[in-house]
Amino acid sequence: MNETGNKKWIFVGVFLFLGTVFLLKLAMLQIFDEDYKKYANMNAIRRVVQFPPRGYILDRNGELMVYNEVSYDLMVIPREAEELDTTEFCMLADMSKEEFVKGMSNIFDQVEKKRLSRSQPTPLIKQMAKENVATLEEKMYKYPGYFLQPRILRKYPKPVGAHILGYIGEADENLINSDSYYKPGDYVGKSGLEKSYEEVLRGVKGVKNLYVDNLNNPKGSYMDGQYDTTAVPGKNITCTIDLNLQEYGEQLMVNKKGGIVAIEPKTGEILAMVSSPTYDPNLLVGRGIRKNYPILLQDKNLPLFNRTNMDGYPPGSTFKLLNGLIGLQLGVITPETKYGCAGGFVAGGLRVGCHAHASPSDLRYSIQTSCNAYYCQVFRAIVQNEKKAEDGFNIWREYMLSFGIGSDFPDSDIPNTKTGLLPTAERYNKIYGKGGWKALTIISLAIGQGEMKVNVLQLANMTAMIANRGYFITPHLLKSIHENDTDRKVQFKKNQTKVDAKHFDPVIEGMECVVTGGTGRVTQIDTIRIGGKTGTAQNPHGKDHSVFIAFAPVNDPKIAIAVFVENSGFGATWAAPIASLMIEKYLRGKISRPDMEKRMFEGNLMNTVKPPVP
Amino acid sequence: MTDRSLKREARIDWLPVFLYLFIVVFGWFNVFAATRPDTDDFIFSMSTNYGRQAMWIGFSLVAALVIMLFDSKFFPAFAYPIYITGILLLAAVLVVGQEVAGSKSWFVITEAIKFQPSEFAKFATALGLAKYMGEKNFSFLSTSRYNRIETANPKSWVFLPLRLIGITSMEGAFALILFLVPAALILLENDTGSTMAFAALFLVFYREGVTGIILVAGIVMAALFLLNVVVDEIYLIIPVSAIGLLGALYLFFRRNIKPGLIVVILTAITVGFIFMSNYILDNLKPHQKTRVEVLMGVKKDLKGAGYNVNQSKIAIGSGGLAGKGFLNGTQTKYRFVPKQYTDFIFSAVGEEWGFLGAGLLIAAYVLLLCRIILRAEKQRSRFSRIYGYSVASILFAHFALNVGMAIGIMPTIGIPLPMVSYGGSSLFSFTILLFVFIKLDSNRNEILW
Ligand SMILES: [Zn+2]
Repeated sequence: MNETGNKKWIFVGVFLFLGTVFLLKLAMLQIFDEDYKKYANMNAIRRVVQFPPRGYILDRNGELMVYNEVSYDLMVIPREAEELDTTEFCMLADMSKEEFVKGMSNIFDQVEKKRLSRSQPTPLIKQMAKENVATLEEKMYKYPGYFLQPRILRKYPKPVGAHILGYIGEADENLINSDSYYKPGDYVGKSGLEKSYEEVLRGVKGVKNLYVDNLNNPKGSYMDGQYDTTAVPGKNITCTIDLNLQEYGEQLMVNKKGGIVAIEPKTGEILAMVSSPTYDPNLLVGRGIRKNYPILLQDKNLPLFNRTNMDGYPPGSTFKLLNGLIGLQLGVITPETKYGCAGGFVAGGLRVGCHAHASPSDLRYSIQTSCNAYYCQVFRAIVQNEKKAEDGFNIWREYMLSFGIGSDFPDSDIPNTKTGLLPTAERYNKIYGKGGWKALTIISLAIGQGEMKVNVLQLANMTAMIANRGYFITPHLLKSIHENDTDRKVQFKKNQTKVDAKHFDPVIEGMECVVTGGTGRVTQIDTIRIGGKTGTAQNPHGKDHSVFIAFAPVNDPKIAIAVFVENSGFGATWAAPIASLMIEKYLRGKISRPDMEKRMFEGNLMNTVKPPVP
Repeated sequence: MTDRSLKREARIDWLPVFLYLFIVVFGWFNVFAATRPDTDDFIFSMSTNYGRQAMWIGFSLVAALVIMLFDSKFFPAFAYPIYITGILLLAAVLVVGQEVAGSKSWFVITEAIKFQPSEFAKFATALGLAKYMGEKNFSFLSTSRYNRIETANPKSWVFLPLRLIGITSMEGAFALILFLVPAALILLENDTGSTMAFAALFLVFYREGVTGIILVAGIVMAALFLLNVVVDEIYLIIPVSAIGLLGALYLFFRRNIKPGLIVVILTAITVGFIFMSNYILDNLKPHQKTRVEVLMGVKKDLKGAGYNVNQSKIAIGSGGLAGKGFLNGTQTKYRFVPKQYTDFIFSAVGEEWGFLGAGLLIAAYVLLLCRIILRAEKQRSRFSRIYGYSVASILFAHFALNVGMAIGIMPTIGIPLPMVSYGGSSLFSFTILLFVFIKLDSNRNEILW
């Protein structure tokens, strides 16, 4: 009996042992392991991101170009999604059962393959319209693991300005990795103003830390909102575009390839920037992107491509104005200098043809008739002004750069502008050997042909520079940012050229003559004084491109414009009337020449074209 | 004070009473925290879980009081009728019981009034065993050739296992049958928790003279079984065989032939068991196998079997040293732990009261268990002692399995934490179980028949 009586100590020992084991394990869980506090917060606290509304974009007159519409993504948290009445759910969500099953199995597939975390809210249906969501929203409580995430869709009251405005899309992996602000599924400006002013337009996301229960129902704010941040709405911006002019320009360019850029010379503000063919910006909104982007990308007419600031075209005769200005500034010519032209320029076995006109001509007349011979002479004089051709050429090039030719306007807000092609002396040294070339070798630069590419933006800027008589403001798209109830004006740099103001008068007079009695007579609008210049850019791939630059009114320039129509022949045929109509539309608001307008609207130059080489 | 008056005087041991009251009241606060609606304007209502639990606490206290008014002699006198009632109820539930979560162990009268006969059977069997094994002449060892087990069938090998665990008398064998009959009926209910709690009654046999070999063997086999989940069986068989055979060789060398042979046989049995456990593991139902694997850390299944335990550990672990405070536990308040107010109530304690509160509860249990054992040993009557050991064994099994599960060191077996988990029939049964012992203890100097 004594032996069995001692067994009580075995029992007591086992009890104490177990109690000790429990206490040790508890200490490990509660005191030494900090992870469980983290897990508990992961369970009970949900970070709810507050997406701020994206800023609107207005045109220069305050007309809305882009606004927002709220849509909803139906999100599912795979870990919490429970079996549900699919018939009712699909009816409420306005989807077919097949869509639902396909979407869900797709999500769980991703989870299975570890590409998706079980607790990551994932869109099952994206961008449901507000009307479709109303009834569903009331019934959401019945579907734990599912919730509606409001999203912002961009809307365009007028389907114009696609290249200027750009579009927004989901942030890609590179961006997410390089900028911690962006999380998967966030939207970001991908091109145009949406891209240039992304940080202004997007605002700042806010975070709400909410307690949630096991069914993911919100249960009040965590720590009285101590760690919450409020979303800062994106700022509205006013751009320099005149929506009506932009729309009109796009209408004029229907069924034509090319571009129009109109600038207010005094400010450098871009009034219109038309690249044709274009596309309806509503196509690249929300769900549409996935479907429409590849279609637009594969279109052989390259509608996504902005033709106004790409590498460009040879500027043709419009370039003669710049050569005249440089000649005047360098003193190699005066306005009265005359050169003869017998059907062209002939020197050292080289011949540059010209059309029939009176000879000899002075500067004004050479502009009016666009005499090739005259400018070959001027260019040769410029290059030969120095002992070595290379030095003469470099001086010429410096002038060109000061006009904005060969510049991608790095301080501008127009994304992805290219420099075009302004050849360098090195380039010629490479081809011909150092000292192996002279003015005549590169004489085609005199008339804007050859190794030379200028884009429509540079042409328009050059026109504004002439209208300003010697300076330009960096061309730009943003007028002001709406902040704290006022519009903060955005300043852009004034660029002084190397040509004195006094040298511009004869050139401008010549340009006026182009309109009143020269190659650009077609552009004349009764009392408005216009200075213009035609151009034809030779195109080895087909019909020549037609170019026209102009500004008006001459005494107080309000608009400087460059029009480029691909494969349309002489500048006067298409580019000049379009420029003229644009000027009239902008200055007068109405058109006095409906016939011309009709001809432009209906002109179809798309089929005269071989596939372009971008 | 004469000897006689000392014998008659009822002296209540107040420590278990206080521990009981502490555990019940503390338990209720945690049930309240785990079931209270999360609104500020809630009304205390009897139709809620915490309301019903409060009501059951009231009933239980009344029952405890009534028990204290009984004559101690009542319990031995009615032990057999109660035991037989228990057996009948267990049999009945297999026929007319309702299946709840795969086990047929409930009489369901209404959704609110449910009764689990296995709760009653523990009490009934404890009384039955105490009565039978408490008889003056009871012994597991035969005292004459008339009561030797072999008398029934002298040549039967069936009795060898009984001899091995130290039962040689007929009444010893019969006592085992008294235990095994309800055990078998509960096993048929397919309720692992109840079965394991009931099996704990076997500890009483150990106290009363059955050798501990079977317990040690049981622990060794459980360990081998679980190790089998973690490692390949070959890593168990080789060391076991090597140790066994080396030991046997040593014994043979020392010319201890008979013990040597026993070692060889035991080694063979152990190796056989390893193979068998492997077979069992392969043939377990998938959810059972997962539970074992999750426990052993071989598998992380945080959605399935491991989910509840993981949520429980998160709640407990996030409680820290001092806890988040009453009604301030986010995991408890927002119901992240499944079955928290029943099987996982310990997680609410751990979260809101921290290491200090949870430790206090553990200490209270251990103290209560030790106190019951030490008081049981002081009983003059064997009936009271055996009954006391039964109470301690059952409470111990529940406590060990429940808390062990909540902190992730025992397999997931649905079993309530005595006097804490929500559930009227469980609370009521444990109250009766405990207070009958307190009553018996208060008359410990009486000899009861
Ligand atoms: Zn000529």
